[in-house]
Amino acid sequence: MALLEVRSLSKSIGPAKILEGIDLTVERGEILGLIGPTGSGKTTLLRLINLLDEPSTGCILFDGRMVFGKPEKELLCARRKMAMVFQKPVMFKASVETNVSYGLRMRGRVDATGGEMSMSDMVEEALAAVGLSGYESRDANTLSGGETQRIALARALILQPELLLLDEPTANLDPGSAASIDNLLQRLAGSRTAVILATHNMQQCRKLAGRVAVLQAGRLMAVGKSEEITLPW
Amino acid sequence: MDRTFLKTALVLMTLSVLCSAVGAVEGERLKLATTTSLQDTGLLDVIKDKFDEKYNVSLDVVSGGTGIAIQYGERGDVDVLVVHDKERELKFIKDGQGLERRCIAYNYFYLVGPKDDPAGVKGMNASQALAGIMEKGKSNPAKVMFISRGDNSGTHAREKLLWKKAGYNYSAVNSSGPWYIEAGQGMGATLNIANEKQAYTISDMSTFMAYQGNLTLVPIIEGGSELLNVYVAMAVNPKKHPNVNCELANEFINYLVSDEGQDLIASYGTEKFGKPLFSPARGNCDLIGCSVAECAVPSSASCAAA
Amino acid sequence: MEEIYSGLLRALELIAAVDPQVVEITLRSIFISLSSAFLAGIICIPLGGIIEFRQFWGKRALINLIQTFYSLPTVTVGLLVFLLISRSGPLGGLNLLFSPSGMIFGQAILVSPIMIGLTITALAGVSPQIRDTAKSLGATEMQIIITVIKEARVAVMAAVLLGFGRALSEVGVAMMIGGNIRGYTRVLTTSIALETSMGNLELSMALGIILISISLAINLLLNRFQGR
Repeated sequence: MALLEVRSLSKSIGPAKILEGIDLTVERGEILGLIGPTGSGKTTLLRLINLLDEPSTGCILFDGRMVFGKPEKELLCARRKMAMVFQKPVMFKASVETNVSYGLRMRGRVDATGGEMSMSDMVEEALAAVGLSGYESRDANTLSGGETQRIALARALILQPELLLLDEPTANLDPGSAASIDNLLQRLAGSRTAVILATHNMQQCRKLAGRVAVLQAGRLMAVGKSEEITLPW
Repeated sequence: MDRTFLKTALVLMTLSVLCSAVGAVEGERLKLATTTSLQDTGLLDVIKDKFDEKYNVSLDVVSGGTGIAIQYGERGDVDVLVVHDKERELKFIKDGQGLERRCIAYNYFYLVGPKDDPAGVKGMNASQALAGIMEKGKSNPAKVMFISRGDNSGTHAREKLLWKKAGYNYSAVNSSGPWYIEAGQGMGATLNIANEKQAYTISDMSTFMAYQGNLTLVPIIEGGSELLNVYVAMAVNPKKHPNVNCELANEFINYLVSDEGQDLIASYGTEKFGKPLFSPARGNCDLIGCSVAECAVPSSASCAAA
Repeated sequence: MEEIYSGLLRALELIAAVDPQVVEITLRSIFISLSSAFLAGIICIPLGGIIEFRQFWGKRALINLIQTFYSLPTVTVGLLVFLLISRSGPLGGLNLLFSPSGMIFGQAILVSPIMIGLTITALAGVSPQIRDTAKSLGATEMQIIITVIKEARVAVMAAVLLGFGRALSEVGVAMMIGGNIRGYTRVLTTSIALETSMGNLELSMALGIILISISLAINLLLNRFQGR
């Protein structure tokens, strides 16, 4: 069974149709590239999948279960198996450590319970994974753009999500930072975490993603292996 | 930012704990509603200190006009009243709101005014004088004015009574022109206003003497049965208001009419003003129109019925 | 002018002498107003959060109403609370009238609109992306509200301090509910009213200077928070 199944999903805001008839599946552990020009609806689709907004029509199955129209409790349950990194992430007014451990704390995780890793060890590990070891006590709102992006990624990774939603994670970064994020994603490939990587960069897709979905003006134009897809523009 | 925030919260919390130590007062409390004249002259402060010490309680004094004081009694918000308006006192007892009237002290109201007495009412009795002020005030409101408490206090009640005696309907008086001004405030504030405007007003003797230092007004008419001012204590009836502290209220009234209480009243003010502000009721029952029962020592009122 | 000048001098002397009664009244004032601000805060901050986050019919009208109540006349609140907690009123059994607890209750009601309103404004000022981020990271609705309140803590703290300032400087509730009982419910504002009516203008001025100084300190604190 696929991890995520999107069926004829549409989203309109007023008369404007943002997404129309999207059908998409994501398998466990795969990296799916979602490519499309600016304004093609990538962010809207990711937000719908993350259950932040409600679709106009259509449905989403997570783990084979319908998620929309369910009580908030079930939405929360599904949402807690995912994590999303926004295109321009914001940090809570607190230290890096508090930011990175946020999701864990919201899940009721206190600190080291028998046998498990302590929360501070998990933060340390997540920071090491994004190459920002030792940043724990920094004020999260004084970081550079690249650092913020990587902390946001650590904040999502620490949750070990089954599905990671990344919205243009390298669009606003200098080449060095972008490369280090790409390396990190490469290491994620083959883990149990599935990734949807929204980008407008086909090269990045070819490098990281197994399959690619092409989005244009709110419609899915093609889905296929990344080396076989040709862009319609 | 976080540090400052925490520090401030800490300081505020410490301060709050510190202050709560001040706020905490232990022991039984007796709530007394009274007229401003007893509070503003400082007499009740003296009585409170002695009474608190002797009975190891705390006398909480809420002061206002006789009108609001009686209201507090009728709502059961206080345990005991000390007021000065016979008509309303009798009604309070008749309605079953209070146990009994106990006369504790008296003095006289003064009609006070500017030294040169622009209305020329000196030597008249009080009701004639008011009529004279009205007549002059209507024809020359810039020169002759009268300030009324206008607050349903005992003093205000007396003023209304005097208008009635002079043959006027009060509602006709208080709308008859700019010479008649309603202050709507306590005695002290009303005296200050009268002083600013160089107007006539009616004041109890004790408040006038306590404020005399700041005033250029002088007593125009003093004494006479029309201006007799009797202070009466009444315990709130526990049959109507089971929550009131009737026993302690009776203790307090008995303290007021005891020799110790009467001596306190008789001597208060001598030091500061050269003569006492109040006369004790003891031995003057006939003179001030109180019955034998209303002057009996100690009180015969019983809380047991509740 | 002469009177004001000499009165001021005498007032400063009274303050410098650290008159125990003045100290006691000042501390009581701070305690009562701080308690009422605290009580109002623990009720109004979450309430403001709920109003800001929930969508419901009449929300706009409710917020307008709350803002109208910012300048609720203190004597009206005093009267309302008096009728509530008087022995003959619905809450008469609590024995709150003429007690510091009653004043705290009354002042908490008085400052509630300003605290709810300013909390709503403060929370509305937090970027919606913070909410999305919290939600996306698995926060429940209540956790999102708490997160956003934490983000807006400076402005929320300002709301509480403003409430404290309003409670400290009001006289209507303090007089009508407290009764200005010496050594029990007498606070700065009611003392000023009493001492002025008794003609003790110097003492009034001394108390007034203390009151203004506390307000000034609150404002400095506010600026300190907002300045960052």
